[in-house]
Amino acid sequence: MSAAAPRRPWAATAWHAWRRARRSPGMLPGMLVLALHLMAALAAPLIVPHSPTAIAPERALAGPSPAHPFGNDRFGRDLLSRVMLGGRIAIAIGLTGGAIAVLLGGLVGVLVGYLGGLTDELVMRLVDALIAIPGLLLLLVVVTGLGNGYGVILLAMVLSYAPGAARVARAAAHEYVPRDFITAARARGEHALAVAGLELWPNVVGVLLVEFAMRTSWIVLSVSGLSFLGFGVNPPTPDWGLMIAENRSMLALAPWGVVFPLAAMATLVVALNLVADGLAQLLGVDRTTEAR
Amino acid sequence: MLRLVIQRGLLALATLVLVSLVIFGATEVLPGDVASAILGREATPARLAALRAELGLDQPAPSRYFEWLGGAVRGDFGRSLARPAAPVGPLIAERMRVTGWLALIATLIGVPLALGLGISAGLLRDHPADLAISVVALVAQSVPEFVIGALLILAFGITWPILPAVTVVSSDAPLAALAPNLVLPAATLVIVMTAYVLRMVRGSLIDVLDSEYIHMATLKGLPHRRVIAAHALPNALLPTINAVALTVAWLIGGVVVVETVFNLPGVGRLMVSAVEDRDLPLVQALGLLGAACYIGINLLADLATLWLSPRLRARQR
Repeated sequence: MSAAAPRRPWAATAWHAWRRARRSPGMLPGMLVLALHLMAALAAPLIVPHSPTAIAPERALAGPSPAHPFGNDRFGRDLLSRVMLGGRIAIAIGLTGGAIAVLLGGLVGVLVGYLGGLTDELVMRLVDALIAIPGLLLLLVVVTGLGNGYGVILLAMVLSYAPGAARVARAAAHEYVPRDFITAARARGEHALAVAGLELWPNVVGVLLVEFAMRTSWIVLSVSGLSFLGFGVNPPTPDWGLMIAENRSMLALAPWGVVFPLAAMATLVVALNLVADGLAQLLGVDRTTEAR
Repeated sequence: MLRLVIQRGLLALATLVLVSLVIFGATEVLPGDVASAILGREATPARLAALRAELGLDQPAPSRYFEWLGGAVRGDFGRSLARPAAPVGPLIAERMRVTGWLALIATLIGVPLALGLGISAGLLRDHPADLAISVVALVAQSVPEFVIGALLILAFGITWPILPAVTVVSSDAPLAALAPNLVLPAATLVIVMTAYVLRMVRGSLIDVLDSEYIHMATLKGLPHRRVIAAHALPNALLPTINAVALTVAWLIGGVVVVETVFNLPGVGRLMVSAVEDRDLPLVQALGLLGAACYIGINLLADLATLWLSPRLRARQR
């Protein structure tokens, strides 16, 4: 990642990356599970065996069976179908929210990191203020005002996770600002946006990629938390967090109602964490500057 | 040092003022206002105007902001909308007791536990014990807190009923009656918190153990115990002060979910019902309170780090 590193042929770089990736044993399983989740989320509407909302009182709380491998909930709805569809909203909000938060936060962080001075001071104070409102409280304040549509939840997620990304990007940019290639760009009279976007950005992309994986996993957990509190996804739409909330009172009687959605969510979050750890290892990212 | 304390204190205060602006502003740009929220379907233009005048909502935004902020400084956060005539301040104070105990217990148990486990895992790097601790921590971090709570209820409230599964006492119950109800919520918070801090401690210790000055200390023949205790730990634990502060801040949000799981009558539960009722003054006050806690704790962590590390202190001048 160092700017002074000599250019390697592509194959050698790939080989080097592969050897570093192998040092982080969680990377490959993480990628595999993540890919499975993404494929399942995309294909689910086409391949679910039953309707996720069809009510069948005669099968209420029925355990796993060949026709319903994950069992049924208290309305007799097929849990396999609900679990397969239940990640789509959380994953979609996680990926888009994570991407917007990291791109927006990253750009702002790199730009003010380069500019420094009063702009930096003012923007970072605002970032500090946004970080200072504990995540869930910020989400709840926004949801109180705007209601709980998916757009509002997405906005709330970006609002609470972009400031941390800005802080990380700024810290990463500070490492490169004193270097010669930045001084040279400044001396050539290049616009601040060009320096930030073309010279600094490529050097902090690795850090931001790790942030993206982490923030996506946090957003998936936050969406499920909101759903649990009753301010996220509305019933009867299948959603892991909501399913766990609905079925937890019957945990002793019909544990499959909680176990399967939980397993789905936990494997996704663990996979994202493993990928983030692996990426950090692969790209030589220092994880100690992490903020929320 | 005194100059630093004052400087950091002022900075924290400035952040808090900005937070109040953000919270006030966020509710300001939202469509609809308190008056239409109160009247709901019964809103006619005439009644809306009358109520706005009564609540002072017809004033321009800046003067309302200063009135709100001025009240907040004196502990007067206005009146709750959903609980007519109930001032917000005492409403929160009453619930604060439960949450305060919960947070105190969780921190007092969670922090030493996380430090102990994190240091052990760091010292036993790649040993099966380290692997076990790290995997359990990763899983605990990846499971939402309400699931951990539900599993604890299943284990200790239903399968082996030694503790109450759901709280039925009110927020002003004596501590002896409240205590059994705090065990499982506190355990939930401890598990999530420990998982996070433990990973930070482990990572930080491993980094330090890999550094040259530790190799140097080992090579010059210092006993292992002394290398760890006198050379590695002080440097490894310094960054964890901030991790602990961030986690305590996380507690503020986590408390909302955990109190809901256990139906515990604390501030978090109040926040949820305030959001359900669209009770804007209450939500604003609780948001500001949460942010104030966060800023205060981080200020303390900052100052502690500076106090413990002469190198950082010198760089700050």
